[in-house]
Amino acid sequence: MPLFDKKDKSRYDTFTRRSVGMGAGMTAVFALLAGRLYQLQIRDGDQYMVEAEDNRVSERLIAPPRGRIMDRFGVELANSRRNYRVLLVSEQATEGVARALDTIGKVIVLSDQQKRKIQHDIAMNKKFVPVPVAENLTWDEFSRVNLHLPYLPGVQCDLGETRDYPFGKELVHILGYVASVSPQDIEHDDDPLMSLPGMRIGKRGIEKKFDKKIRGSAGASRVEVNAYGRIIRALGKDAGEPGEEIYLTIDREVQALADQKLGDESAAMVVMDVNNGDIIALSSTPGFDPNWFNVGLTNSQWHDLTISDHKPLLNKVTSGIYPPGSTFKPAVALAAIEAGIATPDYRVTCNGRITVGNHTFNCWAWTTYHHGHGSLDVEGAIKNSCDVFFYETARRVGIDRIHQAARKLGLGAPTGIELPGEHSGLMPSSEWKQKTYKQAWQQGDTLSVAIGQGYVTATPLQLVQQTARLASGKAVSPRIVHSVGGKLIPRPDVTKLDVSDEALTRVRSGMNRVMNEGGGTAFNWRITEPGFEMAGKTGTAQVRAYSQEEHARGITKNSAMDWKLRDHALFIGYAPVIDPKYAIVSIIEHGAVQAHPHVAMARDVMLMCQQRDPSRMPAAWPVTNSASAAPPWVQGAAQTISPQPVKAGG
Amino acid sequence: MSLRPYAADKRTLSFADKLLEVNWGLVLLICMIGLAGIAMLYSVANAHFQPWALRQIGHFTLGLIVMLAASVIDIRVWMSLAYPAYGFALLLLVAVDVVGHVGLGAQRWISLGPLDLQPSELMKIGLVLALSRFLHGKSVEEVSKPVPLAIGLAMIGIPAIFVVLQPNLGTTLIILADGCSLLFLAGLSWWWIAPTLGAVAAAVPLAWRFVLHDYQKARVETFIHPEHDALGKGWNITQAKIAIGSGGVAGKGFTQGTQSRLNFLPEKQTDFIWTSVCEEFGFVGALALLVLFAVVIFYGVQTAMSARSQFGRLLAMGIILNFFFYIMINGLMVMGLIPVVGIPMPLLSYGGSAMLTVMFGFGLLMSVHIHRQVEIPRHSGGII
Repeated sequence: MPLFDKKDKSRYDTFTRRSVGMGAGMTAVFALLAGRLYQLQIRDGDQYMVEAEDNRVSERLIAPPRGRIMDRFGVELANSRRNYRVLLVSEQATEGVARALDTIGKVIVLSDQQKRKIQHDIAMNKKFVPVPVAENLTWDEFSRVNLHLPYLPGVQCDLGETRDYPFGKELVHILGYVASVSPQDIEHDDDPLMSLPGMRIGKRGIEKKFDKKIRGSAGASRVEVNAYGRIIRALGKDAGEPGEEIYLTIDREVQALADQKLGDESAAMVVMDVNNGDIIALSSTPGFDPNWFNVGLTNSQWHDLTISDHKPLLNKVTSGIYPPGSTFKPAVALAAIEAGIATPDYRVTCNGRITVGNHTFNCWAWTTYHHGHGSLDVEGAIKNSCDVFFYETARRVGIDRIHQAARKLGLGAPTGIELPGEHSGLMPSSEWKQKTYKQAWQQGDTLSVAIGQGYVTATPLQLVQQTARLASGKAVSPRIVHSVGGKLIPRPDVTKLDVSDEALTRVRSGMNRVMNEGGGTAFNWRITEPGFEMAGKTGTAQVRAYSQEEHARGITKNSAMDWKLRDHALFIGYAPVIDPKYAIVSIIEHGAVQAHPHVAMARDVMLMCQQRDPSRMPAAWPVTNSASAAPPWVQGAAQTISPQPVKAGG
Repeated sequence: MSLRPYAADKRTLSFADKLLEVNWGLVLLICMIGLAGIAMLYSVANAHFQPWALRQIGHFTLGLIVMLAASVIDIRVWMSLAYPAYGFALLLLVAVDVVGHVGLGAQRWISLGPLDLQPSELMKIGLVLALSRFLHGKSVEEVSKPVPLAIGLAMIGIPAIFVVLQPNLGTTLIILADGCSLLFLAGLSWWWIAPTLGAVAAAVPLAWRFVLHDYQKARVETFIHPEHDALGKGWNITQAKIAIGSGGVAGKGFTQGTQSRLNFLPEKQTDFIWTSVCEEFGFVGALALLVLFAVVIFYGVQTAMSARSQFGRLLAMGIILNFFFYIMINGLMVMGLIPVVGIPMPLLSYGGSAMLTVMFGFGLLMSVHIHRQVEIPRHSGGII
């Protein structure tokens, strides 16, 4: 057998042929690879470059500093303070988040509720995002955590900024507060800041109303990140826009006195500049410390706030609605004079009672002293707060003309103050009753309204607006925000009230005599300092109807009843009597007692306010307020229509 | 060309003769590719020699020595060692199932001192050697006869089964491709080939149903719809394509590849090293490297066809096809044309086993080249 034969040749040929074929196949594969390279790198290269850049660069949000809130003189009412906080990066918590929280809990106090919230926050964020575990720590707590840091993997100590309210609960109903972002908040707001861990947003008051302005806009740092999201290096930074600063019309000094005077009563007081509507003080008690919400309210704190019958969460000035009681009588008087019924010669004789239809209505004097006021003109009726006079007069004027006059004074409609949740109160008319109850207006309804009871309700803010309008003769509306971010809050020009000067003069005269003439219902609480005299009107608002039987038994004496059933005590006033500057309303819920503490506190606040005279002091706000300069006609009009102060005891 | 006994003087090449005969051009090509790989390993480690580049220099240097050593050994010696090498590789392959430790979810390694040995890599060389040896003794007609064909298929199938059980789908595919290519080159009849191809086509759905592991199926599914799971299993493919595409024409520059530097690329130092080449050197650089690969393969095919012994021809072609299949599967995989299977890019990817077997393979290829004039009778079994 030969070593090599034809079979060898045959297979060599086959091998060569097939090798060439495979070579061709390999060439084709290489062509495919090259083609694919062309496709990815040249044809689609630009698109992939963008994607690679998206991978590489990540934007980290920077929370801008929240804008401060100042009073009219630049006193900081809301600012930022150092916030010692502890953060947890879940991916670095080598023993798991639950374990880490337990360990931290041994160093500082962490409730189960807090732990659940932290777990939730961690679940909502990427593993490398630091999530706040505890904030607003004391220096002691903070140093304790720092000391234990080596045993707390994933824990970071951080010095941040947090909202602070230096005056605590004093301004809570104006400023509101900030608190953590809720899931519902995120739904309605696509600001990227909303998802920032530890972010706070305004939940009430100015903080809520102007939240987007105060919040500022998110800054961003462009950072290079790796595939796990860890920052490799910074590429650039945009600090964002700091929140805008807000100047209020409030004078903190007056505010402090008002708040102090109200004390722990369930009460409200508001002071307003009658010429331009600036709210000088706005206090509603009891309040609560807004810092609680920032730090995180405990369950028991929240429980206490919500169940208290003093309603600390409610801003009673804007959202508390009360029957105005006798403080409504000046409005009725105005309507009667405007209607031409209460002419200077018009008098009504009060015998203590009046019978309309088959109902007998008592004057308060009858209930208290069992006699009437005798013959009264409109000013005397205001001075004595004679119910019978107003029953009779209102009956003649009719509800719709009262409605008309009251609406001119701003009742029955929101004032438009820059605070959320304002209530509009109710100023009824016959048309309103027909629409609402499908019933005709009854004369009895008119009589109730005549003394500020029945359907009519108002907020203290509406009452102070009414008082300011009566005092100035201008259609002023309350405003509490002067400027935002250096820009004036635009508002319509103050126009003259559409009421005759004569009517205003006579109503003012009546209110003057309430305080400054012997026998006036508030004579004992007048301001005696010359030049600072106050005019006003007291009021008592029944929270429920008394039966004839109760009247007979004298059970209407407030001290004999449960607190919840006692009458509200109201007072409206303005000062000085000549050329008025300020109007005030004070209300103590269920506080109608002979001592009239609500008038006394109004007197003290008004005296202090006039002596201090914040409207004349140079304000600190950064823009000049052209609207606050009185229009030329004010001076003359005020002089012609202002009554002379009546000598005390005259 | 007359069939005559090989010349006696060709039987005894001196060592110096052999060194002169070494194709230094090919050595240069391999060094260029190897250095490119080391440079990329330096780059993907954020411009550090640790942990990969320095060790890869060691692997490559050792590989060069192994290659040159293998090249000067007489081809008939290799022929004699073919079956023992195959047996040894098979033994290791069985052993790996017993003592191998887990790497990337599959048992593939045996630790031999500092080197993690991958028997499946050795098996590729062992199979090419043994199959070339076996087919060397078979004429075209004999190759297609049932008994020799059965033996040949068993030589392919037995290691393939052990490798697929590891499980290592990529290497199994390469073993099957290597073996079947050799049968084809040895002259297997089309009467066998055509029906087999048909049967394979029919078997694919069955394999999907009963043979493939879940993670292998997941790879295929991910490949077909990478966008369904762009952050999960589709991540690898998506990020690899971004890396390649973002290189553009000229690339981002050496060590400037953001995708690899920032760890967006998975297994960037091993299976996905090619994407870094594309990212940093762009279309120009990647194409240049492809050309280098193509030239090496062209040289290998030429060597095969110039050898005078059937063993040498089959061995050379087997070696170069093995090299080609690596490139093809890795290239198609990282560029998103086939599902992800664990196959490194030869000479570029980090890893001692793969480097040594590839270099050893080139050594055998050079041995074929140096001893291309050696004629070996069909019934000879080597010289040992």
